[in-house]
Amino acid sequence: MVEEENIRVVRCGGSELNFRRAVFSADSKYIFCVSGDFVKVYSTVTEECVHILHGHRNLVTGIQLNPNNHLQLYSCSLDGTIKLWDYIDGILIKTFIVGCKLHALFTLAQAEDSVFVIVNKEKPDIFQLVSVKLPKSSSQEVEAKELSFVLDYINQSPKCIAFGNEGVYVAAVREFYLSVYFFKKKTTSRFTLSSSRNKKHAKNNFTCVACHPTEDCIASGHMDGKIRLWRNFYDDKKYTYTCLHWHHDMVMDLAFSVTGTSLLSGGRESVLVEWRDATEKNKEFLPRLGATIEHISVSPAGDLFCTSHSDNKIIIIHRNLEASAVIQGLVKDRSIFTGLMIDPRTKALVLNGKPGHLQFYSLQSDKQLYNLDIIQQEYINDYGLIQIELTKAAFGCFGNWLATVEQRQEKETELELQMKLWMYNKKTQGFILNTKINMPHEDCITALCFCNAEKSEQPTLVTASKDGYFKVWILTDDSDIYKKAVGWTCDFVGSYHKYQATNCCFSEDGSLLAVSFEEIVTIWDSITWELKCTFCQRAGKIRHLCFGRLTCSKYLLGATENGILCCWNLLSCALEWNAKLNVRVMEPDPNSENIAAISQSSVGSDLFVFKPSEPRPLYIQKGISREEVQWGVFVPRDVPESFTSEAYQWLNRSQFYFLTKSQSLLTFSTESPEEKLTPTSKQLLAEESLPTTPFYFILGKHRQQQDEKLNETLENELVQLPLTENIPAISELLHTPAHVLPSAAFLCSMFVNSLLLSKETKSAKEIPEDVDMEEEKESEDSDEENDFTKKVQDTSNTGLGEDIIHQLSKSEEKELRKFRKIDYSWIAAL
Amino acid sequence: MAGYKPVAIQTYPILGEKITQDTLYWNNYKTPVQIKEFGAVSKVDFSPQPPYNYAVTASSRIHIYGRYSQEPIKTFSRFKDTAYCATFRQDGRLLVAGSEDGGVQLFDISGRAPLRQFEGHTKAVHTVDFTADKYHVVSGADDYTVKLWDIPNSKEILTFKEHSDYVRCGCASKLNPDLFITGSYDHTVKMFDARTSESVLCVEHGQPVESVLLFPSGGLLVSAGGRYVKVWDMLKGGQLLVSLKNHHKTVTCLCLSSSGQRLLSGSLDRKVKVYSTTSYKVVHSFDYAASILSLALAHEDETIVVGMTNGILSVKHRKSEAKKESLPRRRRPAYRTFIKGKNYMKQRDDILINRPAKKHLELYDRDLKHFRISKALDRVLDVMQDSDFFLCCFPTCTIKTPEITVSIIKELNRRGVLANALAGRDEKEISHVLNFLIRNLSQPRFAPVLINAAEIIIDIYLPVIGQSPVVDKKFLVLQGLVEKEIDYQRELLETLGMMDMLFATMRRKEGTSVLEHTSDGFPENKKIES
Repeated sequence: MVEEENIRVVRCGGSELNFRRAVFSADSKYIFCVSGDFVKVYSTVTEECVHILHGHRNLVTGIQLNPNNHLQLYSCSLDGTIKLWDYIDGILIKTFIVGCKLHALFTLAQAEDSVFVIVNKEKPDIFQLVSVKLPKSSSQEVEAKELSFVLDYINQSPKCIAFGNEGVYVAAVREFYLSVYFFKKKTTSRFTLSSSRNKKHAKNNFTCVACHPTEDCIASGHMDGKIRLWRNFYDDKKYTYTCLHWHHDMVMDLAFSVTGTSLLSGGRESVLVEWRDATEKNKEFLPRLGATIEHISVSPAGDLFCTSHSDNKIIIIHRNLEASAVIQGLVKDRSIFTGLMIDPRTKALVLNGKPGHLQFYSLQSDKQLYNLDIIQQEYINDYGLIQIELTKAAFGCFGNWLATVEQRQEKETELELQMKLWMYNKKTQGFILNTKINMPHEDCITALCFCNAEKSEQPTLVTASKDGYFKVWILTDDSDIYKKAVGWTCDFVGSYHKYQATNCCFSEDGSLLAVSFEEIVTIWDSITWELKCTFCQRAGKIRHLCFGRLTCSKYLLGATENGILCCWNLLSCALEWNAKLNVRVMEPDPNSENIAAISQSSVGSDLFVFKPSEPRPLYIQKGISREEVQWGVFVPRDVPESFTSEAYQWLNRSQFYFLTKSQSLLTFSTESPEEKLTPTSKQLLAEESLPTTPFYFILGKHRQQQDEKLNETLENELVQLPLTENIPAISELLHTPAHVLPSAAFLCSMFVNSLLLSKETKSAKEIPEDVDMEEEKESEDSDEENDFTKKVQDTSNTGLGEDIIHQLSKSEEKELRKFRKIDYSWIAAL
Repeated sequence: MAGYKPVAIQTYPILGEKITQDTLYWNNYKTPVQIKEFGAVSKVDFSPQPPYNYAVTASSRIHIYGRYSQEPIKTFSRFKDTAYCATFRQDGRLLVAGSEDGGVQLFDISGRAPLRQFEGHTKAVHTVDFTADKYHVVSGADDYTVKLWDIPNSKEILTFKEHSDYVRCGCASKLNPDLFITGSYDHTVKMFDARTSESVLCVEHGQPVESVLLFPSGGLLVSAGGRYVKVWDMLKGGQLLVSLKNHHKTVTCLCLSSSGQRLLSGSLDRKVKVYSTTSYKVVHSFDYAASILSLALAHEDETIVVGMTNGILSVKHRKSEAKKESLPRRRRPAYRTFIKGKNYMKQRDDILINRPAKKHLELYDRDLKHFRISKALDRVLDVMQDSDFFLCCFPTCTIKTPEITVSIIKELNRRGVLANALAGRDEKEISHVLNFLIRNLSQPRFAPVLINAAEIIIDIYLPVIGQSPVVDKKFLVLQGLVEKEIDYQRELLETLGMMDMLFATMRRKEGTSVLEHTSDGFPENKKIES
């Protein structure tokens, strides 16, 4: 069905949420954050993504509420446009084309028809704050070229710009100076801190700035953790500042509360500090937020704060410093050591998450499912600390076991290594630590694999290490008369001429184990642990190793560092074929014989899909990514696709995901993932999303009963009138925001038409007048009403002047449901 | 968000015996009382009735001891030759014993002279027992016969001549007055019924049977002989249930604990083993100075009495548990506070909400949570702050749990503040740290962390060295320790080289090209590199 379309690489979820400050809606019900090319609208209560506003062609760099209409949102992007959105319905209202890259956006209530943006015009690193006059025009796309210059030579980051005291001045910081521009006087004052010449002030750099909402006070954050509060800056000479110092590392962001009574600051310590009354003594803390605080924002209503963290997370915090909700995206803070894995139970993507955690990330809903704390230690976030890293992880026995390896290497000789084995507990639905092995090897573990054969009676794990050994661990019964216990013990230690063991891999049926020792591949019998045979191609160290599956299980594939891909036949113990391919990623598909290899060249990365039995690839896609691809994984599909074309058949049962060096998660698809991501939240619109509280049960029911009674009486007294609520045309009309509807004159005739009763229905059906059988009557009534509505739709359509055959088809009804989309065309026509 | 995560204390597997309920139970005895007898103690038997006196058969005498007396309260010495197997009747008032000359004598506990003498055996009688009806005595002798005697008229009732070797052990059923069992050196255990003239059951033990035991229910039979203890299911017609081989010399005696949950066996290898009677696994083991011949447990396991070949009787009494309550009790809130609301019955619609468990943080964790690093280190290095007046030589915390101290040092190092925590200490404080290092530096499991700490200390305190003789001395000790360790490691390395050579030659002889390291050689290797 989709065969004709080309497969292309699409970005799938996992986009950044912490790129810019999040923005609250005026009623604190929603929170907006930029996320790649989109703006995401989340509910602050349910943490659910309500809308994704797509329309920008490049990275969205700033969002602000429209100060004149708090139901609208401005966004600016690197594609040079400012867009105005209706965020409740997720509709793009207007696009203003500015024409140059926009790096940040600010709005001011006082400057009604203009917004402020940061642009860079001449040189790549010189940024200017300019104000853009937004022309008033009814067309959808408007050119907004009227720029007026405000400040020059400023920092790119919007954190370094703040508008203060009802837009009287704007403060900007860069390096060692603070400049304040007064709009009325049109003058700039500049205050400079002593710079790096003496050691004491070496880290005086400004990092961020915030302005008091009502007083003339500017707070600035600094590299050394100090916060300075500037006052009397109207005068170049008489200015004063006071210092607040708690942070020991740089202040990442500052924000004043709405009333200005408290100042919030955050930094690498992952502690949100609230300074009350701008004094050093009165401070409150919210510690252990998990990762560096990148941005802080305050809701206009003043009841909520939110912090954006470097681990791609937004925490919504109550006024009393209690975290109330967490919006967590795919954690992409750090380098991925574990690679991409699929949890066999939840089919979630598993990879390194927060420091010391494994994250389980649902690809379907672009949402983090949960974090598994592996290292279980207090995380101290400090610059230059060597942390314990989670380096390897593997699932085994259909998700029943999880093995993880953590290491910390301070110096060459001091290596801390720990292997943990986790058992899945059905009762708690989570992994529980079963065995902890200190120093399982003398040197770093390079590979880790479980024996995943169907019939294996004893769970088996193999670890390969740089110390030249591979070890086989088995689950043994450790129970005695007092308790039942199972634990993992070392069963066998193997080595081959003291070469470093680099990879290990079990065959599909678990009978053979392949371990590569630098250039040599050794094959071991998994029952007796005897060395069966060795393969050596003298083509550099083996980088990847994997067995063929299903019909190709007699083949073993190895990719070397010198760019040779070898395929050995295990029956003849001979090289079957080899190819020159600089393989970076090699992943077997668990559902088929296919193997995907991604090669790296100077231009970019190419994908090759092949079966081990044939040296000719099934599918080639060149240039899947500019940068290096680090990891890839096949994810089994829930519902198999039906690509008939031979080239795409490899995508039928599994989908291939890969992660590039810049940590963007990509996949191959014919459709954009955003289309597939049908947020369940379309219905979560304002009035529908009212939670069913106990009050609702009491009052809502009561009201419904009243309504029903009213209806009954009406029905009895009057001639049957169609209920207005049940006519889709009318409900659509009433529910569509006023500003997107065509003019009232245009709608009037249609509206009236829809209220009219058509004659045929009256003649067709008698009005039942039996009072005893009320219930039956009601159901009949509703049937009738449906009939009415169908007729009404017809009439309304004829009212639009379209020639329509008088038939009650479903497609028409659907068309009407898409009412909102149609009405754009009307606007254009007008 | 998440709470403070306490420091993970590295745990190490405890080598040697695990502490289980059984080890606690069986170790809860006082140091043994040793009583010297005239010859090898062949039999110890407790009176089933209070005050639970016990009869000890050794050489030609039978001594009756009271529970706590070290001197015999009564002695029967009217034997011409060695006496055997003095056994109490169920009511504790009569005592029967066999002797080397073939006689069986019946004594009253209060009297001195034998009440009855059963003559009929031609050779030494090694086993005698009362039947369950109290009026008969069973005896087995070296003349291969088993006889049943009537006490009132001291007549022989029955003679069984089915054994083909010495009959050395036997016991009568506690439930059925007609059933009794004998074990013989002809490797068989036979069950006789006084109502028939021949054995009703015979099981083949495989070794000369030294001791037999019937479970109180009579359903299970335990026989000991050679190195084996075998358990037979009598209800299944003498089917072998389990064969235990936990001793490495002949098992000489068997005994059941008073609860019937544990089986004890004594052996010539000087060990008493305790088995669970559900899984037949050894749960505990006692060591004695000499080969064990006899073994008995008092009522409620209050006393273990073991007789040995060198004539020593070892008596162990259980520790009294009343002592623990004598600790000074702190003043607590009134009883009323605790029972408040206790008797509230849960109503139908009530939802029970348990009080959330309060997470208790250790003191050092509390310090670390508040970044008081030096204090946290002090806390694990000594606990003398709150018990200053003791001024004992070593703080208890570091002696008992060096792994906590090491884990804290490791945690400080991970946080990058170890140098800060170690710096700025005076003579007394630094000597605490050095003491700890000296004691634990050479332990392989702590070495990587402590060597790092030692290096930092040396770096910090190098400029002030020579100012305090105490600290200087400690440094010298530390230096000596390190030198010794290096020598030791070198020696180990040499040994490993030798072993490698031996392995290599062995392999060549086999002619195979298996190249993997044996798992035996590996721990050695690990130790050296560490």
